Amino acid sequence: MTGGAIEIEGLHKAFGANEVLRGIDLRVEPGEVVCVIGPSGSGKSTLLRCVNLLEEPSAGTVRVVGTEITDPDVDIDAARRRIGMVFQSFNLFPHLTALGNVTVAQRKVLKRGKAEAERVARENLERVGLADKIGSYPAQLSGGQQQRVAIARALAMGPEVMLFDEPTSALDPELVGDVLGVMRKLALDGMTMLVVTHEMSFAREVADRVVFMDGGVVVEQGPPSQVIVEPRHERTRVFLSRVLNPAAAGFGDAGLDEAGPSGSGPSGPTAGKTAGE
Amino acid sequence: MTADTVAAAPSGRLTPRQRRRVSLGGQYALFVVIVAVVAVTADWPTLQQNFADPAKARDLFPEILTIGLRNTALYTLVGFGIGLVVGLVVALMRLSSAAPYRWFAIAYIEVFRGLPLLLIFIFVGVGVPFAFPGATIPGGVVGQAGVALGVAAAAYVAEIIRAGIEAVPKGQMEAARSLGMPYFRAMRTIILPQAFRIIIPPMTNQIVLLCKDSSLVLFLGIALEYRDLTKFGRDLAGQLGNSTPIVVAGVCYLLITIPLSLLARWLEARQRKERR
Repeated sequence: MTGGAIEIEGLHKAFGANEVLRGIDLRVEPGEVVCVIGPSGSGKSTLLRCVNLLEEPSAGTVRVVGTEITDPDVDIDAARRRIGMVFQSFNLFPHLTALGNVTVAQRKVLKRGKAEAERVARENLERVGLADKIGSYPAQLSGGQQQRVAIARALAMGPEVMLFDEPTSALDPELVGDVLGVMRKLALDGMTMLVVTHEMSFAREVADRVVFMDGGVVVEQGPPSQVIVEPRHERTRVFLSRVLNPAAAGFGDAGLDEAGPSGSGPSGPTAGKTAGE
Repeated sequence: MTADTVAAAPSGRLTPRQRRRVSLGGQYALFVVIVAVVAVTADWPTLQQNFADPAKARDLFPEILTIGLRNTALYTLVGFGIGLVVGLVVALMRLSSAAPYRWFAIAYIEVFRGLPLLLIFIFVGVGVPFAFPGATIPGGVVGQAGVALGVAAAAYVAEIIRAGIEAVPKGQMEAARSLGMPYFRAMRTIILPQAFRIIIPPMTNQIVLLCKDSSLVLFLGIALEYRDLTKFGRDLAGQLGNSTPIVVAGVCYLLITIPLSLLARWLEARQRKERR
């Protein structure tokens, strides 16, 4: 098994007694766009955070472009330079301008010169449609603009893989489109992307493969036409019917409620809005 | 206010509004009476002669500025410099993932927060020469005062810095690390600049405290040219048999502390605007 952009084998992660990931095997090919969907508490975000070791796996191996991230002797800072990460809450550096946000890691980590770093930053800010916001501070930008700066910040490092952790969940609905547009363009440019998302239309149109997770395991995966349109598993069907038509879900419906107590990330489609505020 | 609560108010001869006016008028009247009594009964000429004799006040200048104020400012600055450096180190140890560092930092903070500053001054001035004969703290009196003030201030500064660092959202460190920044680089470039902005107001407070506490150099037993404002005022009051030097020394302290307080308030207001 070599040549994959991301290779995850037997991944387990527990927070104390709470087992969030129970043996995940997942492989992402170079240039592939994989969307991970599933109810909150299913371990999607934890899976993503294990790929760049923001969470330390309890067991299993993760390899990214040939480097074993889970090797105790790995130079994790060097490995992370090849993995771009975009967060639900943007996490822009508030004391730096948009340009400063995109140049700081280039300068301090890649040791690029000022002119070179700014040239790369301008290119990438242009790529996400924010060439005119170079001098703005994060507080002066809308959520959608902040998230696009965050994408430019990750791209400026020249990553070989991009991770997106619910990038649109904290956005007002009318701003979601801009961010998804940038991600769609990125996918067309051939970037390898692992995306945790609740945007089913994005998953259906852009993803090469959709992975449905529940209870810390991969329940089913395949092309979007199969997983989203004709899911094989009952759990996938229940989840999709709730996401695609939230108003129709009845109170106390059995099925997905066991996901409740994990507490990491926003809980459920209704709580997502308040958590991102 | 609902109709119920209005009706529930006791219906004396005065409406609530009238009663508020009477109460407020009473408070003003009391104040005026007290001021009038003090103004009439106080022996102003004697008071002025003892506490604010212009001729004696004039004699204090310029030495009270060139010696007293200068030394007080110097002790404060050196003490704060040492306190800031030691405090930053202790704060980072307090947040370290290695337990022994955390224990040391906690012990340091508890010890130096719990000891009277005077005892630390006496230890530096008397205890160190006894304990290590021949050893001296570099910088003479300035060094001694700086060390005494600094090691004590470091305990408070460490707690202020730790609170500042913890006030920076966790996502900031995660974002920096995910860009490939090593821990200390992320701390220096991303976390600390934000933390320092948060802690400017409490830090300014700390300088004001240090400025006042520098008066304890009195207990180091110092030569004339090292006198700070307090000792200067005390010595001159003794020589002149008059309290005016103490009052003038007090005013000189306010020359340092009030601008600092105003600065802190201004910075706080500016920060509130920035955060929106």
